[in-house]
Amino acid sequence: MFHWLEKNPFLFSVGVFLVIAFAGVVTLIPSFAEASRPVIGTTPYSTLELAGRHVYIKNSCNACHSQLVRPFKSETDRYGDYSLSGEYAYDRPFLWGSKRTGPDLMRVGNYRTTEWHENHMMDPEALVPGSIMPGYKWMFTNLADIDTAYAEQITVTDFFGVPYNKPVPMKDGSTKTIFMGSTVDEARADALAEAKLVAADMKNQDVKDMVEKGQIPEIVAIIAYMNSLK
Amino acid sequence: MENRPLEYDYTVAKWFMWSTIILGIVGMTIGVFIAFELAFPSLNLVLGDGLAEYTNFSRLRPLHTDAVAFGFTVSGIFATWYYVGQRVLKVSMAESKFLMTLGKAHFILYILGVTAAVITLFMGYTSSKEYAEFEWPVDIAIVIVWVMWGMSIFGLIGIRREKSLYISVWYYIATFLGVAMLYLFNNMEIPTYFASGGHGDIMHSVSAYAGSNDALVQWWYGHNAVAFVFTVPIIAMIYYFLPKESGQAIYSYKLSLLSFWGLMFVYLWAGGHHLLFSTVPDWIQTMGSVFSIVLILPSWGSAINMLLTLKGEWQQVASSPLIKFLLLASTFYMFSTLEGPVQAVKSVNAIAHFTDWIPGHVHDGTLGWVGFMIIASLFHMAPRIFKRELYSKSLMTAQFWIQTLGIVFYFTSMWVGGITQGMMWRSHDEYGNLAYSFMDTVAVLHPYMILRGIGGALFLIGVFMWAYNIYKTMSARPIEESELQSATPMGA
Repeated sequence: MFHWLEKNPFLFSVGVFLVIAFAGVVTLIPSFAEASRPVIGTTPYSTLELAGRHVYIKNSCNACHSQLVRPFKSETDRYGDYSLSGEYAYDRPFLWGSKRTGPDLMRVGNYRTTEWHENHMMDPEALVPGSIMPGYKWMFTNLADIDTAYAEQITVTDFFGVPYNKPVPMKDGSTKTIFMGSTVDEARADALAEAKLVAADMKNQDVKDMVEKGQIPEIVAIIAYMNSLK
Repeated sequence: MENRPLEYDYTVAKWFMWSTIILGIVGMTIGVFIAFELAFPSLNLVLGDGLAEYTNFSRLRPLHTDAVAFGFTVSGIFATWYYVGQRVLKVSMAESKFLMTLGKAHFILYILGVTAAVITLFMGYTSSKEYAEFEWPVDIAIVIVWVMWGMSIFGLIGIRREKSLYISVWYYIATFLGVAMLYLFNNMEIPTYFASGGHGDIMHSVSAYAGSNDALVQWWYGHNAVAFVFTVPIIAMIYYFLPKESGQAIYSYKLSLLSFWGLMFVYLWAGGHHLLFSTVPDWIQTMGSVFSIVLILPSWGSAINMLLTLKGEWQQVASSPLIKFLLLASTFYMFSTLEGPVQAVKSVNAIAHFTDWIPGHVHDGTLGWVGFMIIASLFHMAPRIFKRELYSKSLMTAQFWIQTLGIVFYFTSMWVGGITQGMMWRSHDEYGNLAYSFMDTVAVLHPYMILRGIGGALFLIGVFMWAYNIYKTMSARPIEESELQSATPMGA
């Protein structure tokens, strides 16, 4: 029946390609025509938060923690409001995860504090008895990569029109402007100023000293990022 | 010349055989280690605080998945292609200097790519996308390696003597095209160093898609990577090795035709089942569920075709350990292609998603189907490539039972553990409050995590037995004939 096709590798391959590409064309293209639009109140990440997001990705936090609250009572009870598509408009990449070895973190900024994260990242079991999460002590000494976060801010502004330095509407009717430096020095200074606010709530003296000297450890950046998840 | 059987050149097949075995051992050892990390978290510090960053579960997890997918499995696909391709197209690689050089360069570049992938993942360079973690320089290397394989496939087809393409070749072609399309589109990323005019880390890139769109593309890729790495090329293997090993012709040509085109069309729709109850459009989620159920047809079509190929020859299952591997592989294929669609039903998915039942399901397919098929294929190839009898049939039988036991431990513990966890997360007490804290659901999993680790360890022991058996085959005294005449390497 199809023997002729099996003797013609070129037509066969074209046929296979058309058949497998079909579903992708039908399911993906309409979604892209409708570009991801932010909901009111969703802002781009600040330089420090973005650097913290890179720390989150570097350590594959998404291997054990989701960032997607499904529309079930049990999930909204546990984690807060269910997720809306527009809340992820500035997430490149998305970090929904596929496995909850630990709890969801979509809105962790609503119910955990800087101090809690500081103690928890050092020794999770001390704070949450029975936790199987390991400590992330190296985040207290490794330095966050602010320059790369800045490079990403420039890239997403140029290519995808992410509204840095532009007023973004908030839920209460006001607007908020997320700053992006016009030079890398400005970006570093901005990140350091934000880092000082985070470090002020922390207890670890080494971290405080580093920030005082103008260095930003990874722990400060990732806490800034987690506090932004609301 | 005309009356002599063709002498095939297995140099490249042999090289890929070794990378299959070595990367299998590496990937599965990491897998067993991180499984035990979940049961005994102190293992995260096994090399001390100083190296904890590199022995941590989260850093090792992508190394495990990528080493078994792109190391063990893809090496196995290449190894079998460089063996099966020549034989079903009736042409030797030695006939073309170009193809021979290309094949060798393909292997060398592949090894360089794997090395780069391992180093960068250890350093924490990851795009975070599952099974597509590599940063852009490694992605480029992977694309080049893949194109070289494509040239190798179509080059060999170009000089073939047998005009009709055998079923296995259909599946190899589909693997090449499918992975090429998926990988390219999912890894669309912009290197920020160049886009920003030279700021920051040169390795870093940012995804071309945001939020829900990014998720959609990732799981269109993620699900179909399973299709085109863990299913399609493995079917190519079983269509060649089962008839060869059993001496039986494929049961039905029409069934293989239906299964092939059905699988090609249906699989790509099913990615949406990874995103049920998420924020991607509802109709895509529904399509994902519906097509996952439809997918049972072509999947079972292939599997039933394999089982019926053994019709009237069931005594071979008892007498030959290799047939045992092949038969259980197609049985596990049936099992996991039924389990998957069940999990894709929305109401089941509400419980199963985010739990251990999902990695449990993945391992039914990868250990039982992919692992067994690659193990069986290399067992079939080794005596013919090295022109020696297989070292030990009883070692092979022992390996079969140890690994089967390991898989049973693995999926039963993950199944029970996953459903328990899913049910506990969603249960409320009589006042409508959550009945369990998250920590309750972690504590309850402890025994299942231990059982899972033991299951994985048993499978890994089997892999070492396999490697030893093939090593001893290679280093044994050669037999006289240039080609084994009996259908089965178990003859002696």
